[in-house]
Amino acid sequence: MTAEIASDAGTVARRPAAGPVDELRPPPWIGQRRRRPAISLALRVSVPLALLVAWWWGAGSGRIPPDVLTGPGAVLSALGELASTGQLADYVLASARRAALGVLVGCGAGLVLGAAAGLSALGEELIDLTLQMKRAVPFLALVPLFISWFGVGETFKVALIAVAASAPMYAYVYLGVRSVDRKVVEAARGFGLRGARLAVSVVLPSALPSVLMALRISLSVSLTGLIAAEQLGATEGIGYLVTLAQQYYRNDYMVLCILIYALLGLLIDLAIRGLERLATPWRGQVTAR
Amino acid sequence: MTRDEREVAVRVRGLRKAFGARTVLDGIDLEVRRGEFFALLGPSGTGKTTLLRLLAGLERPDAGTVLTAPRVTTVYQEPRLVVARRVLANVTLGLPRSTRGKGGRALAEVGLGGRERAWPATLSGGEAQRVALARALVRDPQVLLLDEPFAALDALTRLQAQDLVAELCARHRPAVVLVTHDVDEAVRLADRVAVLDDGAFVVDRAIDLPRPRGASSAASDPAVLEHRRELLARLGVAPPSGQASVPSDRVALPSGQADLTSDRGVIA
Repeated sequence: MTAEIASDAGTVARRPAAGPVDELRPPPWIGQRRRRPAISLALRVSVPLALLVAWWWGAGSGRIPPDVLTGPGAVLSALGELASTGQLADYVLASARRAALGVLVGCGAGLVLGAAAGLSALGEELIDLTLQMKRAVPFLALVPLFISWFGVGETFKVALIAVAASAPMYAYVYLGVRSVDRKVVEAARGFGLRGARLAVSVVLPSALPSVLMALRISLSVSLTGLIAAEQLGATEGIGYLVTLAQQYYRNDYMVLCILIYALLGLLIDLAIRGLERLATPWRGQVTAR
Repeated sequence: MTRDEREVAVRVRGLRKAFGARTVLDGIDLEVRRGEFFALLGPSGTGKTTLLRLLAGLERPDAGTVLTAPRVTTVYQEPRLVVARRVLANVTLGLPRSTRGKGGRALAEVGLGGRERAWPATLSGGEAQRVALARALVRDPQVLLLDEPFAALDALTRLQAQDLVAELCARHRPAVVLVTHDVDEAVRLADRVAVLDDGAFVVDRAIDLPRPRGASSAASDPAVLEHRRELLARLGVAPPSGQASVPSDRVALPSGQADLTSDRGVIA
């Protein structure tokens, strides 16, 4: 047979079978690249840092007009102003409390429903279609209805966030439970595990990576929910701050809100990563061998 | 360069590889010639698979040189097929569309002609492994790496697969490096068998038996039994006296690799 196909390395060799063998060379590296943690971290922060520097430079040199995007200095002084009166801490705490309560309720419901639909055919038949329809309804469309039911108090805010957070949790848990190795589940059934015990000791631990992924998305969605919920009937909270910035046309507050949201997102991400490391210790040890 | 020099397809010199504090390969020298079938035996954890992964470019050596001919393909213990692509697409994975005919011929060669449009999930273990073999052979490898490719097959399928590999390697003449736990398999297939222990080769011997080596004829051949007895002794498995080298007691070394490779591959 003649050698007429290019190898993976891309070297095209068209030689007759009787011809000489190609020269020997070290095998091209196809393994995983492992960067040193310090370099990896530097690469991670380089893009946000570059954006920050560009903003700083653009505002300082006057290339970005202040009514388009306020400079970092003004935003910092707005931050200082809010921090010195203690409002900032109050706002973040108030929002965190609402978000935590809403996420707890919403994710709890999503987890139970997703596990039920993923585990049993009956559960899937009873739950899935309804929740797919519910998922198609934007949670913001529920705002008027919820206000007429709950008023504009805390219940309304928590309920809205719960509804928003439940959707990704349901979808990911369902998917995660469905993709657990069926052979392992079969074996566990053979050892007499059924129903809730099977779910708690085999299926949910195996689906834990999906659950944590869902938690990450649910938390981000809850930030969106906060803006909608705190626009009405709130006197504190970062959603309220957004409303204030809009009402008084304060560009420094607008930018500050965005930065606070970005920072909260980062903190959520870090927290979930830490949780992943603790809760799924087996994942770091998977190697292709 | 001499004629002899050009015949070499794999050259390893002074190879050292450590994982943390554990040195798995320490000063390995190896040359495999074009068309030579080289089998590597050794207890679990001696670095057989690591050596193969170094040849495939999946690990980096800590010291020494690893050189191979440019076209290297691998068949792993599991088929490692893409479940979302049909059998023929798996065989010609990454190759231009014009090679589809060649892929079909490779499938026919491994006895799977007509199964081009089957999904990998519908294949039996032996069939899936034959697809993996076709995928490796369709690239005309100068070096074929076999990482315990028969370990997950049942005994009968394994014998058939060994015959198939022997036949295809005799036809295509790649340099073959086979990693295995199975002494009988090594003696049956290889031109040369080495035993790896404690990071170095402790045996490196030619198996100059006539081919084809059928399963039944090999079992009663005194030369085969002699090779087998000596290799087993080197591996620390001494046959009980009186029933020395009874062919039916296949000895496969305890497998430690299995716990790292689930049949689902890596959970990413």
